[in-house]
Amino acid sequence: MNGSYLDSYAPLLLMFLLAAGLAAVLIIASSVVGRHLKVRAKDQPYECGIRPTGDAREPYSVHFYMVAMIFILFDIEAIFLYPWAIVFKQLNMFGFVEMLLYIAILVVGYIYLWKKGALEWK
Amino acid sequence: MNIAMLVFIACSVMAIVGALALILAREPVHSALALVLVMISLAILYLLLGAAFIAAIQILVYAGAIMVLFVFVIMLLNAGEEVRTNVSRLAKWVGLPLGIFFLLEMAYSLFREYGGRAALAGGTAAPVPASTRDLSMKLFTEFVLPFELTSILILIAVLGALVLAKRES
Amino acid sequence: MFPPLQDLYRIAPELVLCAFGMLVMLIDPFVPATRKRSMGWLAFAGTLVALASLRWAALNQGSAYSGLFRVDMFSLFVHAIVIGVSALAILGSFDYLDRENIQRGEYYALILFATAGMGILAGSTELITAFVGLEMSSISTYILVGFRRTVLKSNESSLKYFLLGSFATAFFLYGIALTYGATRSTRFDVVNQAIAAHGAGPLLILGLGLIFVGLGFKVVAAPFQIYTPDVYEGAPTPVTAILACGPKAAAFAVMLRIFYSAFGSASHVWFWAIWVSAILTMCIGNFAALVQTNVKRLLAYSSIAHAGYILVAFAAASEIGVAAVLFYLAAYAAMTLGAFLIVAHVGGTNEQRLNIEDYAGLGTKHPWIAACFALFLFSLLGLPATGGFLGKLYAFQSALDQRIVWLVVIAAVNSVIGAYYYLKVVVAMYFHESNKEWAPMPMRAPMFVVLLLTAIATIYFGVLPNRLMELAIASARSLR
Repeated sequence: MNGSYLDSYAPLLLMFLLAAGLAAVLIIASSVVGRHLKVRAKDQPYECGIRPTGDAREPYSVHFYMVAMIFILFDIEAIFLYPWAIVFKQLNMFGFVEMLLYIAILVVGYIYLWKKGALEWK
Repeated sequence: MNIAMLVFIACSVMAIVGALALILAREPVHSALALVLVMISLAILYLLLGAAFIAAIQILVYAGAIMVLFVFVIMLLNAGEEVRTNVSRLAKWVGLPLGIFFLLEMAYSLFREYGGRAALAGGTAAPVPASTRDLSMKLFTEFVLPFELTSILILIAVLGALVLAKRES
Repeated sequence: MFPPLQDLYRIAPELVLCAFGMLVMLIDPFVPATRKRSMGWLAFAGTLVALASLRWAALNQGSAYSGLFRVDMFSLFVHAIVIGVSALAILGSFDYLDRENIQRGEYYALILFATAGMGILAGSTELITAFVGLEMSSISTYILVGFRRTVLKSNESSLKYFLLGSFATAFFLYGIALTYGATRSTRFDVVNQAIAAHGAGPLLILGLGLIFVGLGFKVVAAPFQIYTPDVYEGAPTPVTAILACGPKAAAFAVMLRIFYSAFGSASHVWFWAIWVSAILTMCIGNFAALVQTNVKRLLAYSSIAHAGYILVAFAAASEIGVAAVLFYLAAYAAMTLGAFLIVAHVGGTNEQRLNIEDYAGLGTKHPWIAACFALFLFSLLGLPATGGFLGKLYAFQSALDQRIVWLVVIAAVNSVIGAYYYLKVVVAMYFHESNKEWAPMPMRAPMFVVLLLTAIATIYFGVLPNRLMELAIASARSLR
């Protein structure tokens, strides 16, 4: 058992346990201590205001999907910057050039998306 | 029995329950939530194995970004409760036994390779923390070719998103 | 720190293909919709430059990028096939895309990126690199299959291909993980040393099995061939032509490398898996093809059957066996590409003419097209003086040399069965009365050139096979 490594995550575990414990305590406490009113209005999404009509599920424009997809692609690109940032001094010029090339390739995709109007909201 | 072992068992159970719920749930949104559970459990398992960076990525990309995409697709399709047709006979009589066979074979192989105790203990047996620095050095020197190729892979995905999802003007 | 400059020369074909792909992406938004065909010409120029750059790579043979990629005769041979297939398919796509009203620059960019991925597959000597190459070629083709966005069948086939394909690549990745777990490396040479030193444990065998599942999907080996007819039928026909030749050749190449160089000392383990898969593949392909009425589906099943014949040579696990696989892949690429592109041409707008009966009267109305199609079908059937015949001959011979008699017997029986459905199409073309009006089918220069080249190649490989076979043997030698 490599203690020192996992021990460094003990605070994290502790925090998780505290958060879960606190949430559990709050929920249980409120259900035990609180007063319960059982009326139909309580089960509605909004207790006051306009009565809900129809289904909560509305079809969305495919454009949302496009934006989400593009976001993920560039998100994955950004992920590679983290490990690169750790060692980029060691990698020296080579590291700079390879990341430059990597990003340059993706800029091609960016220009393409821009010019095709995929980033515009119509 | 130490804490690491307890966390390992808890996360394994969570991952398996989450995966089952993902398949069995009828509401797509419930499936998506179950998937989040699986992703987070896996991230903690990676942490136990000593792969801190992979664990962080698992949360950032999978539990974060990929889940957003899943939810978007569910909204896009306006997907309600699934309508189940009768389970295909092929899946029932061939797929299920094959799956169970695969599971047993996997377990057998791991037992043979690493011995019973180690296989049972999973990652908690001897976690050698993989330093993110070593990982990065390997990725950016030895594996520079596949690394650069992933950018082309992302370009392909950009093309795909535009070709398949963009409304023609 | 910098890898030697020579490494860049070694991946020159991939660099060229990716550069032209990006060029297409950058220029395409500025090209008016009516002039998109120029993007096709640009992509075609890219493939030609890539073919030329093979020469440059050939002058710099050896391992590149810390042993992840390797330029040898074997890799060059497969590169030539996949880039040649893409070049001809691009030429063959022009009129089709115009007819279907989907002439777009992305189509050509995707073909270039897919080809680069296949090139990476052909040259990779390490599993992660192979995986990235596999994904590049797969993801591009998923999109290409669904390119006819308004056609329901195309959408269906794209979705099927994507779901099953992702599943297959997941298996491949799992196999990589287990192989790494068992040997602490993903490099073929290190894996080979590990097996030679410690033997193949259960974990490694399981890993190899999973890798076989992933690659078997790409080469359409049974029982992973289920998707093939639907996907091949729904895809735009020129894309089907690429699917049946390019990715298959590249996947067979990486399979050869993995099974021979990485798992070569464990060949007793995988021999029976290949043996069973070969028989299943041949039988399923041929028997299902017998009852097809749709030519595109028929050719899809025929493509499964041919994967089975290639597996026969694969099972031989000898130098001649590898050479036979390579020869077969080249001959098969020429005839299959030609056959599918004729189906694309004859199909007309919205791919209306796809049934065998629709081909009735082709022999009298369009004698040249019919003659070409008959040539490709005869070659697929394995008639002497065609590339297909010698491909089969070498494949079966290499298996017989290794005393794999039963496999060859079954393969021979299968080829006889195959004759029935190929001849059915030929008979329909020449001896049946046409029941549909034949609209004029003007053939433009690009398509004409493609059919001419594939037909010449099919006859050339069949009559003067020595040059190609010598190259194939030299390639097989360089594999070890």
